[in-house]
Parts: sequence; C-alpha cells; structure tokens
Amino acid sequence: MAFSFTRMMSSRNTATLLASLGAGTMATCYLMTDSNILSAEERRKLYPPSADFPDLRRHNNCMAHALTPAIYGKLRDQVTPNNWTLDQCIQTGVDNPGHPFIKTVGMVAGDEESYKVFADLFDPVIKDRHNGYDPKTMKHPTDLDASKITNGVFDEKYVLSSRVRTGRSIRGLSLPPCCSRSERREVERVTVQALAGLKGDLAGHYYSLGDMTEKEQQQLIDDHFLFDKPVSPLLTCAFMARDWPDGRGLWHNNEKTFLIWVNEEDHTRVISMEKGGNMKRVFERFCRGLQQVEKLIQERGWEFMWNEHLGYILTCPSNLGTGLRAGVHVRLAKLSKDPRFGKILDNMRLQKRGTGGVDTATTGDTFDISNNDRLGKSEVELVQLLVDGVNYLIDCEKRLERGQDIKIPAPIAQFRK
Amino acid sequence: MPFGNTHNVLKLKYASSEEYPDLSQHNNHMAKILTPAIYERLRSKQTPSGFTLDDVIQTGIDNPGHPFIMTVGCVAGDEETYEVFKELLDPIIEDRHGGYKPTDKHKTDLNPDNLKGGDDLDPNYVISSRVRTGRSIRGFCLPPHCSRGERRGVEKMSVEALDSLSGDLKGKYYALKNMTDAEQQQLIDDHFLFDKPVSPLLLASGMARDWPDGRGIWHNDTKTFLVWVNEEDHLRVISMQKGGNMKEVFNRFCTGLTKIETLFKDKGTSFMWNEHLGYVLTCPSNLGTGLRAGVHVKIPNMSKHAKFEEVLKRLRLQKRGTGGVDTAAVGGTFDISNADRLGFSEVELVQMVVDGVKLLVEMEKKLEKGQSIDDLMPAQK
Repeated sequence: MAFSFTRMMSSRNTATLLASLGAGTMATCYLMTDSNILSAEERRKLYPPSADFPDLRRHNNCMAHALTPAIYGKLRDQVTPNNWTLDQCIQTGVDNPGHPFIKTVGMVAGDEESYKVFADLFDPVIKDRHNGYDPKTMKHPTDLDASKITNGVFDEKYVLSSRVRTGRSIRGLSLPPCCSRSERREVERVTVQALAGLKGDLAGHYYSLGDMTEKEQQQLIDDHFLFDKPVSPLLTCAFMARDWPDGRGLWHNNEKTFLIWVNEEDHTRVISMEKGGNMKRVFERFCRGLQQVEKLIQERGWEFMWNEHLGYILTCPSNLGTGLRAGVHVRLAKLSKDPRFGKILDNMRLQKRGTGGVDTATTGDTFDISNNDRLGKSEVELVQLLVDGVNYLIDCEKRLERGQDIKIPAPIAQFRK
Repeated sequence: MPFGNTHNVLKLKYASSEEYPDLSQHNNHMAKILTPAIYERLRSKQTPSGFTLDDVIQTGIDNPGHPFIMTVGCVAGDEETYEVFKELLDPIIEDRHGGYKPTDKHKTDLNPDNLKGGDDLDPNYVISSRVRTGRSIRGFCLPPHCSRGERRGVEKMSVEALDSLSGDLKGKYYALKNMTDAEQQQLIDDHFLFDKPVSPLLLASGMARDWPDGRGIWHNDTKTFLVWVNEEDHLRVISMQKGGNMKEVFNRFCTGLTKIETLFKDKGTSFMWNEHLGYVLTCPSNLGTGLRAGVHVKIPNMSKHAKFEEVLKRLRLQKRGTGGVDTAAVGGTFDISNADRLGFSEVELVQMVVDGVKLLVEMEKKLEKGQSIDDLMPAQK
C-alpha cells in the first residue's frame, strides 16, 4: 500500500500562498516536490526563531523575564550532548504563566550540560532567582558539619515537626525531564544498591511505587513522607511525569526519619525529618546520611553532579547550590494575622508554605516555614539562618500572646546591592 | 517535540529490553498490540519531521486506562506516522475499527441529499443535534509535534480561509488568548468551546504545549457552524443546533465543509487524505470520516434497562455524558453518537444515528407506558 504525496506547486501558486500569508513574520510555505517531504532540518529553516518565539506577555516567571528574541535566536538550534534543546528547557515556563503562591523559575535542565550550553538564559535566571548570584564569577561553599549549629532545638509548644531536604543527581545520567526509561531505571538501580549499604539507625528498605497499593501510597502521602502523584502542571509540562510510576519509589529507614525519593523531580531527594523541634538532630542525621550515601555510590564508580560555581546540580535552577530546604511546621496563630508577618519573613530570608507542600495554601494557624535561599550560602549557614529565624518567630508569637509589641528585624544581607 | 528524533538516537545505545515500557497495568489498544519484538523493530525509525515510536506511544504509557471508553493509546505527529509505524498502527486500526484491513479502501460521501429522513426526531426527547469532524492541513505537523511557528501557520491559514465564508456561514474568529476567562467559560458551558486542556490523554501527548498560543474558535453569527483551531487536530468542524433536525445540521455540515475545502485548494494546499485511511487525523480513532454525529437525548428509562448496552451495540452507537468524552451522564440525558469512523461513509454514519436515535426514543416511550420493548430489538448492523 503506497501513499502518494504528489502535489506539485507551480511557482505562481507558491507566490500567491506566500503573499497571502504575509511577509515579515514567517515563511509558512508548503513546498513539496514529487518525492521530497520536508525533513526536520528543512522544517527548522522554514521557521526562523522569530516564528517560534513564545508569547510571554502574560507571564510572570524568571524565564519569561530573562528570555529575549536575541537569546532565543542564538540558542534555539543548539543541543546538549544528550540532544536536549532550549525549547524543552523552557516548555514548562511557557505553559505555566504564573504560580499563585510563589514566583516560579519557568525552566528546567535536561542534563548537567544544559546549564553550560544554555548559559545565556540560565545565568540571568539564576541571578534573578538567587539574589544576584553570578555563576560566571562566584563560587559556592559546601559545609555539612552539623556540629556547628547553635540553638537548634525549638520550643515544642509551637514547632510540631522539623525537616531538612536536598537533592542529588547522578553524574552521567540525564535528568527527569529528559531521561529515557532505561536511564531512569538505572538511576533507581544505582541508588537502591547504594542505600542497601546503610547501617545502624540508617538501615532501611526500598518501596517501589509500582508495587505499592493505592492505600499504602495515600498513607505515606498523608504522613508527609511520599511525594504526590504528579498532577502539578509545573512537573507535567516539564515532561517529568512520563512513564509514571515506572522507576519511581521511596526508600526509608526503619524509624522513617531518613527518606530518599527516587526519580520524582530529581534523581534523588534526601530527607531527614521527625516530629518535634530538634532541628539539630535532624540536620546531624541529614549530614551523616548524605555523606554515607555519597561514599557508597563512589565505591561503585558513580558520583554526584557538582561544580564549584553551581554547587550540586539539580533539575530546577531554584535548587542549585545546596538544594537545601530546612523547615518546620510551626503554630503562629497570632503572628500570622499580624500585617508585619510577611515583612518579617522576607527580612529573615524565610518563606511560608502550606503544610501540604509548595502547591498548597496554609490552613489554620500552622505554617511550613523554611529558608528562601539555596545558592551562595553553605548548608550550615542556611540551617543556622532557619534556626535563628524560627526562634525569632516563636519569640514574636510569645510577645503577641503577652500583649507586647514586636519588631521587624533588619534585613539579612544578600548578593544584590 | 516533545522528544523527537535527536533524543531517540541516544536511547538506541540502551538495549530495547531496557527501554521497553511496563504495560502490565494497561488497558488500551496500544498496550494490547505492542510487543517487545515490534518495539525493537520500530524504535530506530523516525518520520521525516522527526517523530519517533516513543512519541507515538507516550500517551498510552502514561494513561493506562480511561474509565468510560477504551482508549487508543497512541497519536500521530504528522501524516507519515501512519506509514512509518504501520507495523504498530495497522493492527491497532484493525482492532479499533471493527476489523478494517490494511488493504481496505474507505469511501467518502458528503452529499447530504443521500440522507433519508432525519428531520423529525422528537424534540421532546432530542434536546440537540450535532455533527463534527476534523481536518488536517497537509504539510504541517500535527498537534503533538508541531512547533509554535507551525501552529501559528495553521491558525493564520485557517482564519483566512474561514473569513471568506459568506451567507449563513459568515462569521468571526476568536483567538483563545484574547478571550477573557468569562467569555471562555460561557462558550464552554454552551458546549461550543473545547475545555482548557486538563485531560491527561491530551497532556501526555504534548498537545497542550504553549496553550493558548495559536488556538481559537471560529463561528458563524448564529453559532450553528463552528471551527476549533489547534485543539486535538488542526481543525475540528462542527455543525450543531438545538432540537432534533439532524438533516438540517448535516446539510449545513456538508455545505460548510465543502466550501472550506475549496477555499484551501484555492490557497494551494489540501487536507491530509488518502484512499486507504480517508481523512488523516491525530488520533487513529478519528481516521476515515473523523465523523461523530450525535444527539443529547432524554432516555432515563431506556438507559436503566438491562438491554441498553446491547441495543447500542447492535445499532453501532455509543453513549457519553453531556460534557463530552471525559464525562459521565447526568440525570438520564445522554450523548448518543455513532461508534464508527472508518469503513463507512459520512452519509452512512449519520443514517445510523438518525435511525438508531429514532428507535431509542420509540423504546423510551414504550417504557414510559410500562410496555415491553422486546419486539423492537434491532438486528446487529
């Protein structure tokens, strides 16, 4: 059975067609000769970058603010060694004009090399998101020595739980937006094999998402241990939900205080958490676990993606550097109703989220309070910032309870002047 | 897009068995037909515009099963997809379209005079009548694969053609990005406009990219002839009106469609069509006529009858909720339409709907009176 795509166009018809479509923006031209259907290369030439430039007029994310026709024109036809393109990086930002609670980044990396190949766009986005941090000139510090933390145990009348998370990517395998099924399964294999070597209070088990029942899954989500089923459009538009639940799972130690998510938004997300206010112990376990996992994968010839300018490389530019979010669930009944609440958080470099995670609104008086920053400050610095900040918030809450007034603290220095 | 040929080249360094998807929980046509052997043979292929096997099947992997309807589980990115991946798509087409063979020929008949009756469906039961189909513009990639530039090209070309329609077909184009939320919601509630893309079937195949860029709706002044631009297909052409005069709806449908086709030919292009698959559309389920003729009909008694499904099957009809394919029926009112698309002509399919709905209404009336419908049971069409 043969299809015949024989449609000869006379030069007069071509001219009419082109004229009717208007010159200037694009040559939307249907050029087919007897045996020649448009190849991908020819198609790209017919549509110059100006024809493909996205409409970002209604958009409010870092990518939309940084992307210009000039940058797009320069980068559209570039590819990373894994053949990842700029369009694939920015698709999530094109499809999601703005998030109601939080200014989104609007682009993702498909592999480690994305940050280099598309630096003309990633660098300004990183600068915007990370308070003026310049990847070309600045270096990022790493410090996982938990013993340096002071005042890291909170008043449990207010702090219900404490948590620290970060992400790690396995060098040599492409990231969740880009990876093929076999790469994703390889990430799972490498990670699970390494985690099987953890001992003592860190010893645990892996639970593949595909093998869990719906009930088991929902229980783990409700306990705040497991990631959601991928419904967030930020994730789905960035191709991260493909083949779900293939290659995804959760590893945790027997006490459920040290957990690893496999193949959600990053290769791995590493989480230390417990009920109550002992952030120091949470961070100590976090550092110990992370360092052991790194050692275990290195024994097998793997390593984490890292470089001295961007720190740990993760899928979303917002998580570069430490990738660290240290936070608490804290009751702030009075302070949260005070009009100065937002400014206090801002000045202390803290952010609030609902207790269901980034895509939720707050309910009642309990807030998820965590550090804003990820890049340019070390893990110890950020956790200390969080500790000092939460202690201050609790102090404000106590003052308001006693009918005393509170003060907005001076803003903490950032890179941007 | 989303992944295409260049990314595919790197996947080839992994063994086929390493890449093969886990379809153990799946219930769609693609999952039934795909085997590791077929995957191995087709994974290195691509269409000239760079559409690959994984692009074809991604939506079927990500969507194991739909609650109301057995889905196809694959899409085309361009006209050549159906040729390059025929080893997978031919059996899927055969399974989906009632045994349609790779050697069969499809007939087109858009002459409304060939329709018998259809102007007298009881408006006490039949609330509205509608006929829709799709058309793809040759030379452009389809919604799962097209770039923004191509999508805008389809929009521009279509709007220019539609702007030259006259008489009762004269109308206006409303770009989605220029509509307010209120305008949009009104058009959705009136059953005129497609949903904001939330269906996972659409999202997983890349058809929702860059929304609402390049999308819109054109309709005539009386809102009885509408064209959707760049939703699941390049164009969806719809004729609809309240009441049961399907004949009038089909008349307008054929007249409008023929006029549009002529306008495109004048511009030096044409619709994707061939004598085996008829009109070529994004989803293999819409090949052939791409035609769904249907009514919203009140059949609360009939729909509760034990033989309802059997009757529909014999009449070659299918039921849906009144919100479209992804909804359930509400309060005894059903969307009843033809189940087939390929292997029957447009006239034949609309005839099936007209005759079938007439029978369903007769049965409903009998059941209202507490009478049996056994003597009305139809033969298998």
